[in-house]
Amino acid sequence: MSDAPAIELKGISKAFGPVQANKDISIRVMPGTIHGIIGENGAGKSTLMSILYGFYKADSGQVFINGKETTIPDSQAAIAAGIGMVFQHFKLVENFTVLENVVLGAEEGGRLMPSLSKARKLLTELADEYELNVDPDKKIEDIGVGMQQRVEILKALYRKAEILILDEPTGVLTPSEADHLFRILKGLKDEGKTIILITHKLREIMDVTDTVSVMRRGEMTATVKTKETSPEHLAELMVGRKVLLRVDKKPATPYAKVLEVKNLRVKDDAGVERLKGVSLDVHGGEIVGIAGVAGNGQSELLEVLGGYRKAKGNVMINGEPIDLTGRKSDGQSRRAKGIAHVPEDRHREGLILDFQAWENIAFGYHNDPAYQKNRWLMDNRAIRQDTADKMKRFDVRPPNPHLTAKNFSGGNQQKIVLAREIERNPELLLVGQPTRGVDIGAIEFIHQQLVALRDRGKAILLVSVELDEIMSLADRIIVMFDGQIMGERIAGQTDERELGLLMAGVTDTGRSPLAQGSTGAMRVGNPGRGA
Amino acid sequence: MDVMPKWADALLIPLISILIAFAISAGVIVAIGEDPVAALNTMVTGALGSSYGWGYTLYYTTNFIFTGLAVAVAFHARMFNIGGEGQAMLGGVGVALVCLFIPFPHWILALPVALIGGALFGAAWAAIPAYLQAKRGSHIVITTIMFNFIAGSLLVFLLVEVLKPAGAMDPATAKFPEGTHLPTFQDMFSFGEKPAFRGAPANVTFFIALLSCFAVWLLIWRTRLGYAIRAYGHSEPAALYAGISPTRIIMIAMLISGGLSGMMAINAVMGEAERLVLNSVEGAGFIGIAVALMGRSHPLGVLLAALLFGFLYQGGAELSLWTNVPRELIVVIQALVILFTGALDNMVRIPLEKLFLMFRRKSPEPATTVVKPAE
Repeated sequence: MSDAPAIELKGISKAFGPVQANKDISIRVMPGTIHGIIGENGAGKSTLMSILYGFYKADSGQVFINGKETTIPDSQAAIAAGIGMVFQHFKLVENFTVLENVVLGAEEGGRLMPSLSKARKLLTELADEYELNVDPDKKIEDIGVGMQQRVEILKALYRKAEILILDEPTGVLTPSEADHLFRILKGLKDEGKTIILITHKLREIMDVTDTVSVMRRGEMTATVKTKETSPEHLAELMVGRKVLLRVDKKPATPYAKVLEVKNLRVKDDAGVERLKGVSLDVHGGEIVGIAGVAGNGQSELLEVLGGYRKAKGNVMINGEPIDLTGRKSDGQSRRAKGIAHVPEDRHREGLILDFQAWENIAFGYHNDPAYQKNRWLMDNRAIRQDTADKMKRFDVRPPNPHLTAKNFSGGNQQKIVLAREIERNPELLLVGQPTRGVDIGAIEFIHQQLVALRDRGKAILLVSVELDEIMSLADRIIVMFDGQIMGERIAGQTDERELGLLMAGVTDTGRSPLAQGSTGAMRVGNPGRGA
Repeated sequence: MDVMPKWADALLIPLISILIAFAISAGVIVAIGEDPVAALNTMVTGALGSSYGWGYTLYYTTNFIFTGLAVAVAFHARMFNIGGEGQAMLGGVGVALVCLFIPFPHWILALPVALIGGALFGAAWAAIPAYLQAKRGSHIVITTIMFNFIAGSLLVFLLVEVLKPAGAMDPATAKFPEGTHLPTFQDMFSFGEKPAFRGAPANVTFFIALLSCFAVWLLIWRTRLGYAIRAYGHSEPAALYAGISPTRIIMIAMLISGGLSGMMAINAVMGEAERLVLNSVEGAGFIGIAVALMGRSHPLGVLLAALLFGFLYQGGAELSLWTNVPRELIVVIQALVILFTGALDNMVRIPLEKLFLMFRRKSPEPATTVVKPAE
C-alpha cells in the first residue's frame, strides 16, 4: 500500500446559480479502504461524485488521483483514471445480455466477438473471486435488481477501475442482497481496490466503512474513523444538532377494526397480476407496516385504497364496503369516507410542484365547503389562512403560503403533504414512504406526528422500503412479496433477519414460492448483517 | 427560489423577443431595398394613426382574443388545441343558422342567442377530438388539426349545397336580416358632425371579448373547475391522486376552448360580413396559438398579444397597400414574432436569467441561500 491517497480532493467548490452545492471540500481516500460519504439529501454528495466522474466541472479546486493532479473533463477521462461509478439508477440496456452490457462502450476493434469472449473469461474469473456471479447470457430485463447491480460493478471492473464509487447502492435491495453486496465490496477492498460508498443510511456506514466523511449543506463537516464514532454522533454531525434516532412511542391500544381488505386482486395495464389476493386489516389506534422490496405490490395496494386504481375484491371501512371499480372508486369518494393518503411519490402525486403552498394545501380537498366563497368561486383567502395555520403547526419552513412547492426542501414538502392529510383527522391514513428524501431532523418530526395520530385512535397503514422505519414505527408488520402477503409479525417480536427472509419470498415453511434470480443468492444460514 | 422576478418573466422576455423579431424584419426590408423606418411609420399610422385604423386593428384584436383564449384554456389542461380554425368555422355556421332562421326584432336579443349558437357549434366540433383523446388516447394535436380540414370541407359543402340562396354565384349565405346587425364602433362612438371609425368593422363584440377575458380569468384562477383544470395540466398522476377525473377535465376544457373559438364568429360573421362566407376565419385560429403562447396563457397576456397581432394584421395590410413591400413580407414579420415569442423563448430566457443571477450575486444578500437537492 503506497502512501499517496488513491483520491485526494482539494478545495472543490461548485455552485448552481445561487445555490452553493459544494463549498471548499477537501477529502483524502487511502487506497484499499472503504470510505463512506454520508449526508442528508441535498448535502452535496452526489454533486461531489459527479465532479469526480466528470459530469460537472468544479468552479475551483484540484483533484489528485494516486498523488498525481488530474483533470476530469468527462466520464471517459474518469474511466481512464481508473474510476468506476455505480449509479443509484442503473444505466443498463434492458434488452441486451449481461455480457453485451459489460462490453458496451469498451469494445476493442471493429469486431464484437473478441471483446465478448474476453469479457466472458473475465466474468467467470470475477465470479469465483468475489461472489460476483451472474449469468452472462441472461438479458438484463430478466434478472433481479441485485443482479443488475452486480453487472454495473462488473462493468466498472471490466474497464479496469481501481476506484469504485457507489451511489446509494442499497436503496433497491433486500437486506440479504445488501449483505451480499457488502461481501463483494469487502472482497474488492482486500484486493486493494478503493471504494467510496455514498449513502444516507447510518448503519451501512457503521458496518462496512473504514473511514467516513460527513457532508452538510455543501460542506464537509467531519472525516472520522468509523471505529471511533457512533450512529448518534454521525447523525448529529449530519443535522447539526442532537437527534432522536429511535421512535419514542407507547405500546398501541388497538380499538375496533377500521380497514378490512379481503382477497384484493389487481392487474396492471400489461395484464400482469400485481396483487394476488391480499387480505389484511387495520384497527384504530395501531400502525400496520407493510415491509417489502419496492415493486412487490405495495404501491398498487396504496393506489387501490387511495382510489386511483381499479381492483377486484372487498374493502370495508368501518364495516361499510367501498366501491373498487365504479363511479365511487375515485379519490374524492375515498376522502369522503375518511381515508387520507400521503402518497409514495410526493413529486409525482402528492404535490403540484408549480403550485404555491396554499394551492397544495387545498389539493384533493378543493371541494371542501370551507374553501368556497359561494356556489361559483373558491375562497382563496380562507385557504391561505388555513395554510398559514397548518404550516405553523407542522413547522414548515419557511412558513410562507405563497412560496411555490418546488422551492421547499424535501422535508418541508413532505410536511406540507402530511399537514394536509393529517389535519383532516382521517379514520384511516395511508402513508407511503413518509421519509423518503427527507432529512433526519424532519424524519423525527414526521414520525412523532404519525404516532400522535395513532394515539388519537386512528388507523394507519404504512408502506416503506426502509425496514428500519417499519420496525421502529409499526405495531404490526406485514411482509409483501410478489403481490402476496408472506407473513405477519408483531413488531418487537421479530428481527431484521426474519423479515429479510420473508421479503425475499421465503415463507414461514421455508420454501420459496418463486425461484427468482434475485432469490438465487439466498442461502440457508444466510449471515445476518453485523455477523 | 425563482431566478427572475415575475415582471421580467411576463413582460421583459416577450418584449425582447418582439424587438429581436422586429430587428430581423427590418433587416429583411433593407435587403429587398426598402426603408424600414418608413415601413414602420406606415404600419403605425395605418393601424393606430386614425380612428379608422384603430377600427380595423381592434376588429382583428377581437378575433385573436377569442381564439387566443381558446388555446389558453386548453393549455391550462396541458392540451394543444390546434383546431381553433375549424372550431371557428363551425361557430360561423352556428351563428349563421341562428341569424338566418330566427327572426329577431333587435340585435340585443340576437346577440346572446347567436353567441350561444356559435359557442355550441364550436364546442361540438371540439368535442369529437376531446372524446377521442379522453377515451381512446388519440393525440389531440393530430385530431384537431385534421378536424380543421374536415371543417373546411364541411363548410364548402354547406355553403354550396345547402345555405347558398338559389341563383347566387358565390358560395355564401344570404345577407343576415336587419334585426341581427350589430352596432359598429361607428354607430356607437360617432357624436356630432364627424363620424369616428368610419367604415371600420370593429363592433360591439370587442366588449364581449373583453368580458370573456375576465370570465376566463375568473374561471381559471377563482373556481374549483379552473383549479382542477390547472392541477390536471400540471400533473396527471397528481390529479388522479386527488380524485380529479382526467376524462372530465379533458372534455370540459376542450368544450370551453371550442366554444371560445366558435364565439369568434360573432365578430367576423355577424359583426363584419353579416353573412357567412367561405373564408371568414382568415387564419385567426392559428394566430390564436401564437397569441396564447405569447400571452403565457394568461387572459391579460392574451389581450395584449391579441392587440399586437391586430396591429400587425392591420399595419401589414396598410404596408402592402402603400409601399412596395409585398404582402408576403407581413407574413414573414408575423412568423418571426411567433418564432421568437413561442419557439425560441429559451433563447432569450436563458441569457436573461444569467444576467439576473449576476445582479443577484453582486447585490449583498443575507445568507438565505437554501441548498438545492442535487440528487
